[in-house]
Amino acid sequence: MTHDTTMSRRDFLTLGMSAVGLLGMLQMGGMTLQFLGPRRVEGEFGGLVEAGLAASFPPASVTEFPDGRFFLARTSDGGFLAVSRRCTHLGCAVSWEASQNQFACPCHGSHFDLQGDVQNPPAPRPLDTYPISVRDGVLVVDTAKAIPRDQIAPEQLLYV
Amino acid sequence: MAWFSRLIYRSGPPPEDRHRMRAVANSLILHLHPPRVAAGALRFPRTWGLGGISALLTMVLVVSGVLLMFRYDASVERAYSSVQALETVVPFGSLLRAIHHWAGNLLVITAVLHLVRVFAAGGFRAERRMNWLIGLGLLLLVLVFNFTGYLLPWDQLAFWAITVGTGLLTYMPLLGQPISDFLLGGPEVAQPALRNFYALHVALLPVILIFGLSYHFWRVRKDGGVTLPAESTPAPRLTTIPHLVHIELGVALITLTGLFIFAMLVPAPLEDLANPAHPPNPAKAAWYFLGVQELLLHMHPLAALLLTLIGGLGLALLPLWDRDTADEGIYFRSPTGRLAGAIGALWGLLFTPLLVLVDEYWLDLPTLLVLLPTLVSNGLLPLLLTLAGLAAIYAGLRSGLRARHSEALVGLLSFVGVALLVLTAVGIWLRGENMALIWPW
Repeated sequence: MTHDTTMSRRDFLTLGMSAVGLLGMLQMGGMTLQFLGPRRVEGEFGGLVEAGLAASFPPASVTEFPDGRFFLARTSDGGFLAVSRRCTHLGCAVSWEASQNQFACPCHGSHFDLQGDVQNPPAPRPLDTYPISVRDGVLVVDTAKAIPRDQIAPEQLLYV
Repeated sequence: MAWFSRLIYRSGPPPEDRHRMRAVANSLILHLHPPRVAAGALRFPRTWGLGGISALLTMVLVVSGVLLMFRYDASVERAYSSVQALETVVPFGSLLRAIHHWAGNLLVITAVLHLVRVFAAGGFRAERRMNWLIGLGLLLLVLVFNFTGYLLPWDQLAFWAITVGTGLLTYMPLLGQPISDFLLGGPEVAQPALRNFYALHVALLPVILIFGLSYHFWRVRKDGGVTLPAESTPAPRLTTIPHLVHIELGVALITLTGLFIFAMLVPAPLEDLANPAHPPNPAKAAWYFLGVQELLLHMHPLAALLLTLIGGLGLALLPLWDRDTADEGIYFRSPTGRLAGAIGALWGLLFTPLLVLVDEYWLDLPTLLVLLPTLVSNGLLPLLLTLAGLAAIYAGLRSGLRARHSEALVGLLSFVGVALLVLTAVGIWLRGENMALIWPW
């Protein structure tokens, strides 16, 4: 007499084959996803950028670094801020309009002030920033990962 | 050649040469079409030939696209120069590219008109609801085709349209960022994005299209062909050959002639090489997405996305929303339905420009309601107001015109369609530098 928990050879083989088949399909799916997933080349989307001596940037000025994809802004009281050029609305590149004293996004008309704060929607939040460090008086900006912010604050500025 | 004859004729070959050719051609045609079609279905205003023209354009796109592949290089360094070479060096390269470009643009128009025609005739109900869904899927596919093809020339237009398009995706909660990363193969539009879009445009999407289109054709025949009004006397049925085939041939020739002449006169646009530092001012998406881009100027991207999604969902669920088959095949249901449609269109024509102007110059909700987060003041609020407006139009038509549900829907959808058309027109012609409103003349 067979016990309830035993299973026939046929059921065992069916279950085993299904399990192996499922495993195989998961493996193929995983391989496909990995194959298609984002491919990153080291440094393609940012790294350390030497901006220059802190003293070389006058207060209340904005300097563009096209290769680093950011602007180095200096407020009138001397604080530094590395502002990403990527508009927080839909990712267009903003440009600095010195005559109007603002960043303007040509795609959908957002405006930002020198610190990247929104002056005119549709942009939902201030421009992203990059961390700045100082090495022998030279400002070094790390553009590997942008820091999003919901509003501007004094502690985002770096004083040298 | 006896073996060849046996291969292609089912029974013995016809005695004369011209009949042999015809036998083969006819059996191919009758593979696609039924042997006989109702006389009413052959009247041109019954279909305007829109589905057929779309199918023809698809064939033109496949042939011209395959030819273009032999001269195109999907790398950031070489894509633009290979397209430039097509325009300047390759014999007939400019014409071929223009044919592909304009056929793709025209296909968006004919496919949308096909949708409007089927909606007007009520051809989305009962057994046709599956094919309505397939058709919507195919329209979406055409848009994805256009979107992926847009990046390939790697000029300023291409780069920034795709940047904005994928930027819009990232507002979708949870799924948006991974989808955008997956499409672009990274955080920004660069080489991985170009490679992905090319593979999608020339390999994956065409396979989906072939299967989808075949099923769409097969379903048309299975569901009884073109939607016709019920008639008291049995309608005469005419043979497909030659009655339908001659009409199709005529429409195809006129379409091809028109397309080729247009392509000869107007080359496909090619702007400067893509420059990731400086978007052109104004930076606009492709014209068929400008309605949505215009919407983005007026509300939070999440709200614009939701509104588009609701619109698409409404179209997809239309067969469940409107199941009244009494007026099948009658354009716009009835005289009341036609009136409702005209009123909806008129309102769309009046209200949409008015709302654009008011929002542009007078109404600034985020400043007015400074205490609320912008997601509410610039997103939820405009979204709810828009939906309330649509509901009011529907209710107004129901009570004011004593329209049936089906007739009021004609008015509602005609309002939405015209509003989208107006927004698109504003986006194309009335948006200038910094996306400010301009008067083009």
